[in-house]
Amino acid sequence: MITSRFFDFPTLGWRSHFDELDRMRQQIDRLMNDTERQTFRVPGTGVFPLLNLTEDKDNYYLRAELPGVKSDDLEINATNSNISISGERKLPEENKGARFHRRERDSGRFSRAITLPGKIDSDKISASLTNGMLTVTIPKAESAKPRQIQIH
Amino acid sequence: MADTTSKEMQVKEKHEVNKPEQTRPAPIFTPAVDIFETDTEITLLADLPGVTSDNLNIDLNDSVLTLTGDIEPFENPDEEDLMIEYEVGQYYRQFTLSEIIDQNKIEANLGDGVLRLTLPKAEKAKPRKIEVKAG
Repeated sequence: MITSRFFDFPTLGWRSHFDELDRMRQQIDRLMNDTERQTFRVPGTGVFPLLNLTEDKDNYYLRAELPGVKSDDLEINATNSNISISGERKLPEENKGARFHRRERDSGRFSRAITLPGKIDSDKISASLTNGMLTVTIPKAESAKPRQIQIH
Repeated sequence: MADTTSKEMQVKEKHEVNKPEQTRPAPIFTPAVDIFETDTEITLLADLPGVTSDNLNIDLNDSVLTLTGDIEPFENPDEEDLMIEYEVGQYYRQFTLSEIIDQNKIEANLGDGVLRLTLPKAEKAKPRKIEVKAG
C-alpha cells in the first residue's frame, strides 16, 4: 500500500495498474470459490516427496510417488503421531558412451516428516512399495477411533 | 545412505497437459524422462509411478512414439482426504524419433514405476566406418 501512496501520480498511470491487478485478484478469488473443491490442496511444502494423506474409520493412509526407489533405500520411522520418510533415489549409472538428449529424472536423498492429526498405534504400521507408489497404512489408536454410542 | 555427496531431492510439480477430447475427464500428466543414445540404440527411461504393465501402452507409428499410462484408483471409496499434495491421473507423452528403429527388437521393461524402453537402431541407421583406400 505504501507503494501506491508514494507512486500515486496520475500521470504515471500507476493507480490504474494496481486497480487492474486488484480486479484480477477478485476474479480469481471468485473462480476459486465457485469450484467448491472438497479437498483443500496444500500449495506444497516444497519438500520431496509430496504426500497424500487420507483416512477411514480405522486407519490413516499416507501415500507418495517414489518411482525408482528400492525398498532397501527407504526408511520409515514412527514416533508418537509423527511419521518420517527418508531415503535415497539412486539412478543406475548408464553407459559412459551414451549421449543424453533429455535428463529430467532426478536422483538424491530425501527426508520428510509429517504429524498426523490423531493418535496412532505405531506398532501396527505397515508399508508397501508397489510400482513406485508408497502406501503407509497407519492404524488409529483405539482411543482415537470414532465410537458408535448405543442408545437404549 | 552413507553417500553424503549426493544432493537433496527437489520437489517437481507434475506437469499437466491438455489433451483434447477425453471421454473420461481426469488430469493427464507428462512423465519425466531420460533419453540417451549410443551407436546401436536409443534408451528411454520414464517415471510412471502407479502404472502397471497392463495399463501401459507403448505405440510406435510413423516414427512417433506415444506413451500412455493409466492409473487404476487405489484408494478405498470410503477414504476421506485430509491433505492432498499431488494429484493422480493418466500419463501421456509423445516423441518423434529421428532415427529408424528396428521395430521387432524394441524392449520394454517396467519395474518400480520406471519404464525402460530400448529402441535398437535399424542396421542402415547405424554409423558405418568408411575405409579410405590409398591408391
